[in-house]
Amino acid sequence: MTSPLEQKKIRITGPSVVTANRTWDGAVVYRTAQQGWSTALSEAAIVSTSDDARALLAEGVADDVGAVGAYIAPVELKGGAIKPGNLREHIRSKGVTIDLLPA
Amino acid sequence: MYAYDELDRTLINERVSEFRDQVKRRLSGELTEDEFKILRLQNGVYLQLHAYMFRVAIPYGTLSSKQMRRLAHVARRYDRGYGHFTTRQNIQFNWIKLAELPDALAELAEVGIHAMQTSGNNMRNVTSDQWAGVAPGEVEDPRIWSEILRQHTTLHPEFSFLPRKFKIAITASEHDRAAIKIHDIGLRLHKNADGEIGFEVLVGGGLGRTPFIAKTIKPFVHGRDILSYVEAILRVYNQYGRRDNIYKARIKILVHELGIEKFAREVEEEWKQMGHSALTLDHSAIEEVRSRFSYPAYEKLPHMPDELKQAAADPLFERWRKNSVAPHKVQGYSIVTLSLKPVGGPPGDATADQMDAIADLADRYSFGEIRVGHEQNLALPHVAKRDLPQLWRALDRLGLATPNVNLVTDIIACPGLDYCSLANARSIPIAQELTRRFANHDTANMIGRLHINISGCINACGHHHVGHIGILGVEKNGEEFYQITIGGRADENAQMGVLIGPAVPYAEVADVIEDIVEAYLALRDRPEELFVDTVKRLGVEPFKERVYATR
Repeated sequence: MTSPLEQKKIRITGPSVVTANRTWDGAVVYRTAQQGWSTALSEAAIVSTSDDARALLAEGVADDVGAVGAYIAPVELKGGAIKPGNLREHIRSKGVTIDLLPA
Repeated sequence: MYAYDELDRTLINERVSEFRDQVKRRLSGELTEDEFKILRLQNGVYLQLHAYMFRVAIPYGTLSSKQMRRLAHVARRYDRGYGHFTTRQNIQFNWIKLAELPDALAELAEVGIHAMQTSGNNMRNVTSDQWAGVAPGEVEDPRIWSEILRQHTTLHPEFSFLPRKFKIAITASEHDRAAIKIHDIGLRLHKNADGEIGFEVLVGGGLGRTPFIAKTIKPFVHGRDILSYVEAILRVYNQYGRRDNIYKARIKILVHELGIEKFAREVEEEWKQMGHSALTLDHSAIEEVRSRFSYPAYEKLPHMPDELKQAAADPLFERWRKNSVAPHKVQGYSIVTLSLKPVGGPPGDATADQMDAIADLADRYSFGEIRVGHEQNLALPHVAKRDLPQLWRALDRLGLATPNVNLVTDIIACPGLDYCSLANARSIPIAQELTRRFANHDTANMIGRLHINISGCINACGHHHVGHIGILGVEKNGEEFYQITIGGRADENAQMGVLIGPAVPYAEVADVIEDIVEAYLALRDRPEELFVDTVKRLGVEPFKERVYATR
């Protein structure tokens, strides 16, 4: 979990979201503008300043029962759609890059 | 097989009840994640990229068919229909739901399986040779001693909050299949000049960020004293091991910083102070544990049955037999390795259907017993040679007869960035691509014994340091890159591989490995010279030159 100390150091350089894992099943979730969590990246609240990111993260961290390990993740905005900003987030959003079952 | 007694069963069931209550309190908000984290880790529950990961203990890699069927059930009922066998002889489920974990644990407990101490800063699953008890020439079955250590260290208060995790491996054979030299404590069972059973004790091995090969701290500790001696080591570690820096907390750092001689003196002093303590194992205590291991009622069978002679005419059977079947200590029997490394498959994974089928085959051909090796393959330890042809046909239908054991496609790989929250880069797709590149079994046989190990980060769950070829995923400016080492090995001559040069991007890894293998084929002085021996003879330079000359 991101500690309050680390939160103070937050500096974002582009559009970002707050993501975590849902507590009861571990599913990847994103903080929404309605102060909830969604499994759809398309429903995530987008922040573009460090202050907004810090505030959204604080809100997510505070909901310790709903989700675990909240942190800020970069995204890309393309043609109105939200895309994961790096490979790790791509894998978290889209799933593993291999066939799930052994060949 | 080892039969749990009432104490074991009670302990496991009580642990399920305790964890059920902890999960309930977590989900209700009574426990915060910070409070709950240590509790879930003590029950093998991690939080990974997509879900919770549940690591289940398989002590010294021995499973009954009944237990395997239950693992299959858990995979099917609570996960996504498969499991991943690990380098610690455990199994991991990647998609389990926290809310359902207590039920999964309860179902496992019914067959004597638990997840205690598969995580956290305590004594982890004691591992051993997957051929323990059946390998020819063994001093004795090392699992007896593994079990004694397991019982002593399970929930031991002094070992429950160590500076860092702690791993023990035991072997009883000349050829080390348990990789004891890369463990916190490695134990080599042998006899002294008087014929007494005891252990060479090695300490301070480990991989990760700062890899070390274990050093011998005492050449012979009598069997009756092994608990007290191990405890003396742990007491010294508990006292001096660093808790202020996670990267310097393992015992290997302490041994390195003190030096093995000073560390040994500290342990010796501690051991002397313990004196003739309650930890001294008397004969009856050892025999009590030994008596709870059951061994098959082997038949008197011919060395070369007719069924085997006839099957030898089939080249596909012969190729598999030569690759995957090993000698057994009892005439007429064999040890059969089941490759979990099909071409294009994730290393170490098995589906629930495969697990059920393996359990059935174990009942039919191996007295209901299955073993898990740290190389992420399985084994049937007691197969009558007359049954080998039938077993092979059944395994082939299940995709478990790939004749690649110890060959270039028998790759050890961690879950990597596809699953793991610590990883910098993917491991499994690299392994899959390499198995496709070397899919031709004749080519793989011609290359000979060659172990490739892949880790997605410096924590080295894929044991990349000791791979004949090691591949380590790193991140550079948000991209996946891979460092390549060669010449490592994890056996009785264990050593770390040597880095050949700058990291290469994801798309080039398979080409680089092909270059290294081609260089080896050109450089070896005879077909029998193994890859590691060629590297030892020539060093890394010729390989480095081949890889980087055109890059």
